[in-house]
Amino acid sequence: MATQHSRSAARFMMAPAVVLLLGWMLVPLTMTLYFSFKKYLPLRGGDLGWVGFDNYVRFVSSSSFWPSVQTTLVIVGGVLAITLVLGTLLALLLDQPMWGQGIVRILVIAPFFVMPTVSALIWKNMFMDPNYGLFSYLWEFFGAEPIQWMSQASLTSIVIIVSWQWLPFATLILLTAIQSLDSEQLEASEMDGATTIKRFWHIILPHLSRAMTVVLLIQTIFLLSIFAEIFVTTGGAFGSKTLTYLIFQRVLESQNVGLGSAGGVYAIILANIVAIFLMRIVGKNLDK
Amino acid sequence: MGRIVLNQVAKSFGDTQVIPPLDLAIEDGEFTVFVGPSGCGKSTLLRLIAGLEDITSGHIDIDGVDATNLKPADRKLAMVFQSYALYPHMTVRKNIAFPLKMAGLSAEETNRRVQAAADVLSLTDYLDRRPGQLSGGQRQRVAIGRAIVREPSAFLFDEPLSNLDAALRVGMRLEISELHKRLATTMIYVTHDQVEAMTMADKIVVLQKGLIEQVGSPLELYRSPRNRFVAGFIGSPKMNFIEGAEAAKHNAHCIGVRPEHLEASATEGQWKGVVGVSEHLGSDTFLHVHETGLAPSLTVRASGEFDLAYGDTIYLNPRADSIHRFDAEGVSLGTEQPA
Repeated sequence: MATQHSRSAARFMMAPAVVLLLGWMLVPLTMTLYFSFKKYLPLRGGDLGWVGFDNYVRFVSSSSFWPSVQTTLVIVGGVLAITLVLGTLLALLLDQPMWGQGIVRILVIAPFFVMPTVSALIWKNMFMDPNYGLFSYLWEFFGAEPIQWMSQASLTSIVIIVSWQWLPFATLILLTAIQSLDSEQLEASEMDGATTIKRFWHIILPHLSRAMTVVLLIQTIFLLSIFAEIFVTTGGAFGSKTLTYLIFQRVLESQNVGLGSAGGVYAIILANIVAIFLMRIVGKNLDK
Repeated sequence: MGRIVLNQVAKSFGDTQVIPPLDLAIEDGEFTVFVGPSGCGKSTLLRLIAGLEDITSGHIDIDGVDATNLKPADRKLAMVFQSYALYPHMTVRKNIAFPLKMAGLSAEETNRRVQAAADVLSLTDYLDRRPGQLSGGQRQRVAIGRAIVREPSAFLFDEPLSNLDAALRVGMRLEISELHKRLATTMIYVTHDQVEAMTMADKIVVLQKGLIEQVGSPLELYRSPRNRFVAGFIGSPKMNFIEGAEAAKHNAHCIGVRPEHLEASATEGQWKGVVGVSEHLGSDTFLHVHETGLAPSLTVRASGEFDLAYGDTIYLNPRADSIHRFDAEGVSLGTEQPA
């Protein structure tokens, strides 16, 4: 990419992709902004004209708004904590030489290939159903009253389901990071008198910090917009309504496109605030 | 203190025996070099002493204590790795202090020792840098610093200079020798480079396929190699080997003459050949002589400049007292005493 000629050729070649991506993002974004300033009720009169910031005020002043923001953050935070901790432990375990390593590793990735709707339904019906779910049998076996997962522990249930889906991703990235650690470093620390736990704390964990940053950032982006898992389990009831789900309800259940679009703009702002905070916190890990 | 004794130590990986049972004693304060071609088991032997590999059978005694089943950290040995194995996320200071921190030393004592090590290795200006910001030679020094702060009973070096460029290697070689003289601690040094072995060692252990071929001081090995392998391995350029009728004249299966023990002449001599490539080093000239009828090629060291061109006829005279004789198994029969 040294010469002027090759640079302009490169730009020309990249142009279609850039234009496509820009269109992909700009068109929906513009439409969202456009509708957010309109009173637009498809089944109740259609386009009823410009309303200024009315939709924005109504979306925030709704009693569901702040709880939904809180729910979103709890789910994102909970899933991140669980996947990072368990992912690290699983990666350490899978790094040990063992019989059938290849097959075990493929099995570990498997949950990632299951569609969110499917996995959520399986969890809901097979494990968490209060009558015939496996958990209810387990609880009854110990003489306890089965938990009504979806209603009594709706948020916990969703966090468990989503963590199960994302654990393979975290494990895989952390496993490759562990494998890239120079074995001489571990041996050196062993000679330096570090115990297994100190070796993990002083050598392996710092080495993983970069991979953890990547997991944290990518998962946050995807977790902020989880929807299917909530839709097929609680349907947004019992305090499990996230911001994404609230927007869905405004647009499709209340048929209020303008109000939903305003919510969408808030979601963009929330995502950016979270992203900026994350970059601040973990940024120093990335520019090493 | 730092006397290390290996007693019938053997190592197998699965069914492959990499080190057949061997005995070796390394005296306190000695600079011992394990040398041999790649895959001869020298690094494995070092790792066995360090405790990074379990020995299959035999015993290792360190300072009279049976260390066979001790953990690496409890053997009071420090190791410098080929890749230096510095901790990249720690500053130089923290790297050097790491073993002390693990040993639970007080902050004051740690600081004092780190400072002392940094002074010895002239690292004082780099203490707050990360390994990534240092040159190869500096990283090497940090690795040595991390080893000396522990005040171990012996240092183990695993090919520590192989990642450095030629000029730095010569410099670091001197520094390590200097350090050994100053600390007078036992050092075991693994290398495939016979020049490093010759220049640094008090005692050289030549290994081949896990077997000790010969143990001795550099000059012992140079003057009286026990077999053809040691003769060929020690000395640069390599010894010339001649088999057949010429060897039979000396009552041997094979004779060996070092390039520096061959005198070259343009006019007369015992052996006649044709000059091939000459390598001019200024102080010496290495001539590759062909068509002698003795061996495909003989290497000759001529002092200073030697002006015979490619294709010229050359005559060679071996120094009579420096002809090494070997039997059919390659075992040395000694040099021929002039009658």
